[in-house]
Amino acid sequence: MKKLFLLVLVLASFTGMAFAGGGSESEAAAPAAAAEAAAPATDDKAGGVLVFGRAGDSVGLDPARETDGESFYATHQIFDTLVEFKTGTTEIVPALATSWDVSDDNLTYTFHLREGVKFHDGTPMNADAVVFSLDRQLSEGHKYHEYGPWKYWLNYMGMSDIVGSIVAKDDLTVVFNLQKPEAPFIANLAMDFAGIVSPTAFMADPEGFSSNPVGTGPFKFVSWTKDSDIVLDRNDDYWEEVQLDRLILKVIPDATARWLALQKGEVDVIDFPAADDLPAMAADPDVELIQQSGMNVGYLALNNEKKPYDDKRVRQAMNYAIDRDEIIAAVYGSAGQVAKNPIPPNIWSYNDSIEAYPYDVNKAKALLAEAGYADGFKTEIWAMPVARPYNPDARKIAEIMQAQLAKINVEVEIISYEWGTYLDKCDFGEHQAAMLGWTGDNGDPDNFLWVLLSAPSAVPPAGNIAFWKNDEFTALIKEAKETADVAKRTQLYMDAQVIFHEEAPWVTIAHSVVTVPVSSTVQNFKISPTGTRVFKSVWLEK
Amino acid sequence: MLKFILKRLGLLIPTLLGVVTLVFFMIALAPGDPARIMLGERANAEQLAQLRSELGLDQPLSKQYLLYLGRVIRGDLGKSIVTQQKITDELTDRLLATIELAITSTIFASILGIVLGVAAARKRNSWVDYSTMTGALVGVSMPVFWLALVLIMIFSVGLDLLPTGGRMNVRLYFIPITNFYLIDGIIMWFREGKADYFVSALKHLILPTIALGTIPLAIIARTTRSSMLEVLKQDYVKTARAAGVPERKVVFRYALRNALLPVITVIGIQFGLLLSGAILTETIFAWPGIGKWIYHSISARDFPAVQGGILFISFFFVMINLIVDLLYSVINPRIRLK
Repeated sequence: MKKLFLLVLVLASFTGMAFAGGGSESEAAAPAAAAEAAAPATDDKAGGVLVFGRAGDSVGLDPARETDGESFYATHQIFDTLVEFKTGTTEIVPALATSWDVSDDNLTYTFHLREGVKFHDGTPMNADAVVFSLDRQLSEGHKYHEYGPWKYWLNYMGMSDIVGSIVAKDDLTVVFNLQKPEAPFIANLAMDFAGIVSPTAFMADPEGFSSNPVGTGPFKFVSWTKDSDIVLDRNDDYWEEVQLDRLILKVIPDATARWLALQKGEVDVIDFPAADDLPAMAADPDVELIQQSGMNVGYLALNNEKKPYDDKRVRQAMNYAIDRDEIIAAVYGSAGQVAKNPIPPNIWSYNDSIEAYPYDVNKAKALLAEAGYADGFKTEIWAMPVARPYNPDARKIAEIMQAQLAKINVEVEIISYEWGTYLDKCDFGEHQAAMLGWTGDNGDPDNFLWVLLSAPSAVPPAGNIAFWKNDEFTALIKEAKETADVAKRTQLYMDAQVIFHEEAPWVTIAHSVVTVPVSSTVQNFKISPTGTRVFKSVWLEK
Repeated sequence: MLKFILKRLGLLIPTLLGVVTLVFFMIALAPGDPARIMLGERANAEQLAQLRSELGLDQPLSKQYLLYLGRVIRGDLGKSIVTQQKITDELTDRLLATIELAITSTIFASILGIVLGVAAARKRNSWVDYSTMTGALVGVSMPVFWLALVLIMIFSVGLDLLPTGGRMNVRLYFIPITNFYLIDGIIMWFREGKADYFVSALKHLILPTIALGTIPLAIIARTTRSSMLEVLKQDYVKTARAAGVPERKVVFRYALRNALLPVITVIGIQFGLLLSGAILTETIFAWPGIGKWIYHSISARDFPAVQGGILFISFFFVMINLIVDLLYSVINPRIRLK
């Protein structure tokens, strides 16, 4: 029994530690013949089986119910949305809806649906199907509302606070009536949770739908062996040409094992390479590295409600005194790029004309002297205890900052708490200066700027943990939120970023860079800034 | 004998109760609010309150414990936070993959371990002995994840003989039948007349079996050697030799049978450990078993899943220990008298 006790103790304490400190972080087969017969053979791009080696399994395959990236990797191939992100950008382009009109008061959105689209089960995709897919999430009285939780719709994107009703006007026209003008709404409809599902299939088995999904997407569901693989076949009726016969999502949890499987040709694309393996991958002629900047930002928030950060000059001095290039080189390597704006460069309205604060110790000293801190000051810098996509090692970054700030006589005390406590304390503004970050959801600038920097978000528990309340900035992004015209919104956000830069509520640190190694036979593979892997336009060189 | 079994079964109850309690409090008392950790940057007060009440975290600890205990007694391990599926279902889905690997590893380790152990004992202080025991020491000390990666590098990438991971070539589009892939492979062989599935399943098993079986192999070899040396010193062995019984017969017929008694206990314990301790091997070889599932649950902070997983493994471990003890008393009647 002593052995058992030890075993339990070891397992349990291992788990306990992981909870406390935060750790790191596939039936129906074989219609192989069918797949061969179905190949259109129009050109030499067509055909082939692609295996994608990924880190974890999907949780479920109903896009509206899931919240994790691994689930969306699969649902993104099976389902379509009304609008979608143009591959590789956050620009909104037509998908199941070919066009849409917005009323003058910005409260009514009318979508015109693509004709002749069929679900994988053969039933027609029409206005009723669109209403069904979204209304089950919106209306508490809906017969299938209880099959949630619809976390993205209800909690993450607050869609029920935006959308009043969704109505089928005729077979191919859907009208959304909004409760308030909310331009980012359209970007939300491009997100996976707004995928259009087959009402027939869903109603036949509401419980089983998430393990037997039916959509209109480029690939249709074939089989799922848990923790092993998901098999998807080409949808021959798709409204665009799809080249691959079959797409297999295979789970390989260990990063090095994924790399070995790629070298051996067992898989064609792998996810999340280990940083240590990148140089070897770059040197391998049979491997290509596809990169995309992550839709996130890591920053050091300077608490504007605490001295000395209530003074703009001090905040600017901090920006001059911190050398971001050194931080990127030491901590991120090829997995990060310097951030100069609060939004990443792949989001529309990114203001590239803003010049980043250069590393300039003298300028920083002069600003401090002007602000009355010629002899420097003492400050806390809070460092997160966990690795995040936007900040792989906050502790190390804090140490680098400590050394850099010592040159302007600013003495840094590094502080860290267990992750849950850390977030709580930040939300309530207990810090002087704290590192944190954000990963965007819908590619809309509002999703960063409003949540992280608006005055209304600076109330505990705050999203704006710089507690920076700038009326001019907030007015601009509020107007942008309520305007439907994208060109006009773009200008408003550009202007808002200028104010942010001048007022310097944060020291912006970095945006991550996502790398996906692919075999050199894989062509036209793209990573969406929203994190999705897009396979519909991929073809294999024979 | 019946009384012995009943007594042992009776001892199971306090043991398992202890396990449940320990597992519950270890996780409940770990610092940090699980709800806050799970929601991360995007949490708001409303969602936090909702998740806490879903998890029962808004109840006093003593009440949480009693509720948990009540559910466990009814065989209900709760639902996974991540997948919203019953934890018992999630575990049984993955159990057979783990058992298949544990069985092949145990067979590999036992056969090779006993052969090496006997050889070392017979040629005590010879090069056979030294090299076997040095090898065993290395085997025990080697980190499993390192060994696993080295095996993949040599046999998969370098020599191109074996696959890097998984249970079956995914390009074969195979539907599990019994979920023991070797057996499924044989069924498919009969059904379709081709051995591809069986061969693929077998190839996928080799490296994980070696990686997982190395430590037990080393332990079994050492135990066999020392137990064998002990027995070979006994008077009846001397008597047998003096009586002119051939050496081969002395070793295999008379000595080995007695020497195997402690070895069986070790094999049983090792089998129990393999069921539970395959986290690293399963993760590296992408083996869809329980170890990998627990690893994933820990990283996802799915704490009902972690509690359920540990409890499930502990239960297995206790049961296997019991079976080994019973087996032992069958082989060696002296045990029952004590």
